[in-house]
Amino acid sequence: MSTVTGFLTDSTLCIGCKACEVACKEWNDLGDDGLNWSGFSYDNTGALGHSTWRHVKFVEHAPELGHGGNSPELASWTFSSDVCKHCENAGCLEACPTGSIVRTEFGSVYVQPDICNGCSYCVVACPFGVIQRNKEDGRAFKCTFCYDRQKAGLTPACAHACPTESIKFGSLEELRVEANRRIEDLHDRGMHDAILYDPVDTSVGGLHAFFITRGDPRQYNLPPRPEIPTVYARQGWKSAAIGAGMLAVGTLLALLGGGKR
Amino acid sequence: MKESTLPRRLQPGDPEIDFSRRERRLEEIRSQAQTGRVDDVGVRPSGSPIPQASIATGYYRIPMLKEPQWSWEIPVYFFVGGAAGAAAVVAQFAQMTGAKAEIVRDARTIAAIGSILTPALLVSDLGVPSRFLNMLRVFKVQSPMSVGVYIVSGFGPAAVLAKVANYLRNNGSGAMLKLFESASGFLSALFGLGMATYTGVLIGATAIPVWNENIDSLPIHFALSGLGAGVSALQMMGHEDSRALNMLGIAASLGETMEGAKLEMAFKPANTPLKTGVSGVITRLGGVLSGPLPLALRLAAAFAAERRSRQLIRAASAATIAGSLLTRMGWVRAGHASAKDYRLPLQIDSEQRPSRATESLQIESTRAQFPESATR
Repeated sequence: MSTVTGFLTDSTLCIGCKACEVACKEWNDLGDDGLNWSGFSYDNTGALGHSTWRHVKFVEHAPELGHGGNSPELASWTFSSDVCKHCENAGCLEACPTGSIVRTEFGSVYVQPDICNGCSYCVVACPFGVIQRNKEDGRAFKCTFCYDRQKAGLTPACAHACPTESIKFGSLEELRVEANRRIEDLHDRGMHDAILYDPVDTSVGGLHAFFITRGDPRQYNLPPRPEIPTVYARQGWKSAAIGAGMLAVGTLLALLGGGKR
Repeated sequence: MKESTLPRRLQPGDPEIDFSRRERRLEEIRSQAQTGRVDDVGVRPSGSPIPQASIATGYYRIPMLKEPQWSWEIPVYFFVGGAAGAAAVVAQFAQMTGAKAEIVRDARTIAAIGSILTPALLVSDLGVPSRFLNMLRVFKVQSPMSVGVYIVSGFGPAAVLAKVANYLRNNGSGAMLKLFESASGFLSALFGLGMATYTGVLIGATAIPVWNENIDSLPIHFALSGLGAGVSALQMMGHEDSRALNMLGIAASLGETMEGAKLEMAFKPANTPLKTGVSGVITRLGGVLSGPLPLALRLAAAFAAERRSRQLIRAASAATIAGSLLTRMGWVRAGHASAKDYRLPLQIDSEQRPSRATESLQIESTRAQFPESATR
């Protein structure tokens, strides 16, 4: 009876409080990700990783007097809470050789820690750079979409802790409708650069955690055309067949031509 | 305290003042501090201006992709697997075409040693040996890693059995053993073809731009590299005068020369790590050592006297083996460099990249007024 669930992260509502980061770390008992001063606005986390499953981005632009915040004229400072996208077609899931990464009944992509063997092939297969291998533990980790909480009928920790409902959790279908309504609303209010980041027209086939951002998604480190890399495997195997053919035929010809020596 | 030892503060209009641009600038800063009005930006401290997210800089140039997390074992594994796979193919065809028994014997040895080393290297990368078995609980045709694991697992026993049969046959005799060697040898050659090529698919079918954009040529490139290394290792075992192996060596180094030329002539942004930085040096060195250098040495050997010819072949073989290893190391390193380049997955044009010092437009006006200070 479970429905496919999703996250809608609305950066026009985010206040950059990082409650989601804290809640995620506390609930999932994740380690620290270093006490480093990045100098990149107020973001000292940098990126998602094996111990960072929610990450608030601080997208800072050149300040301009009279503009700022969520003024329609200029987004001088926007925040966006990043998370595993739980792709409709997931690169990590396709690449995983152990079957550790599975699709759950909630439609999310889940790494079973008791099966992951730490081959780290998912790390290079993720088009968003989300999943990472913990070098001490050896295995790969990423957002579980709070599979444990969802099993118990609870909302994920980050969405629960979000004070502005910037992180919305619910049925994927309903969230998609809501996201489009929200975009229309923002456009009506003059924020014409508000977009919904959900690459449905690539091999990823859409996300289960999509984002409303303002301006070019590339400044949020969101790729314009993410592709799941395993779609290139067919092409690769074709060249492998050519390479193997060359190897076999070449060896045979040389040995036939070389005679007994 | 004597008043005279302290430097006297200069006043505007003072004849002693050095009206150089820098001194004028200091006066300007002082007057700006007094009035509290800054008319223009001055000297920028190191690291300034404050980094900003933009379409040209992405998210503060933080790499979007994660770097590969393989340890040193993996490029070595690519090298050993390629050489051993090619050796298994050579062994089988040598046996089938009735080549010298020593060639078959030594090629089977290389294949068997390689087939034991490869899973050992993989296990070493995983850390916990039993973790290797987790990969054998499923078969996923869409995952090159999964397909590869079965190639490795098939190659190992086949190559070892073929070697054992070959050993027993050389130290005794038996028609059954010959049949057994042929059967296991055939399997090891089949898996060997996979060993020599699949690693190209493995790294090609990833999100790492430099690997992904070369997926069409990587398996062929790696097959040629493996063939070169396998044949060279065989020749180093005392088969410098084998005509068949020399022909194969020339073919492999010719192929690698062409692959290298193709890469050098492909001007796409994703290929930058193959040409610049440490990864570029390693890849290019590997390319020369496995392509043009052994090709020239082998061609020279074809026209040299016998003793000289042997030396040249040995030199060519050593170069090819080193080149093959460096090629794999270079490609893996290039993957690291590629993942660290924030521009490629975000499709940011390389030409747009401003240097950190000239990031903002404001600096242009600074430069116009204070040419010295802007260059620091």
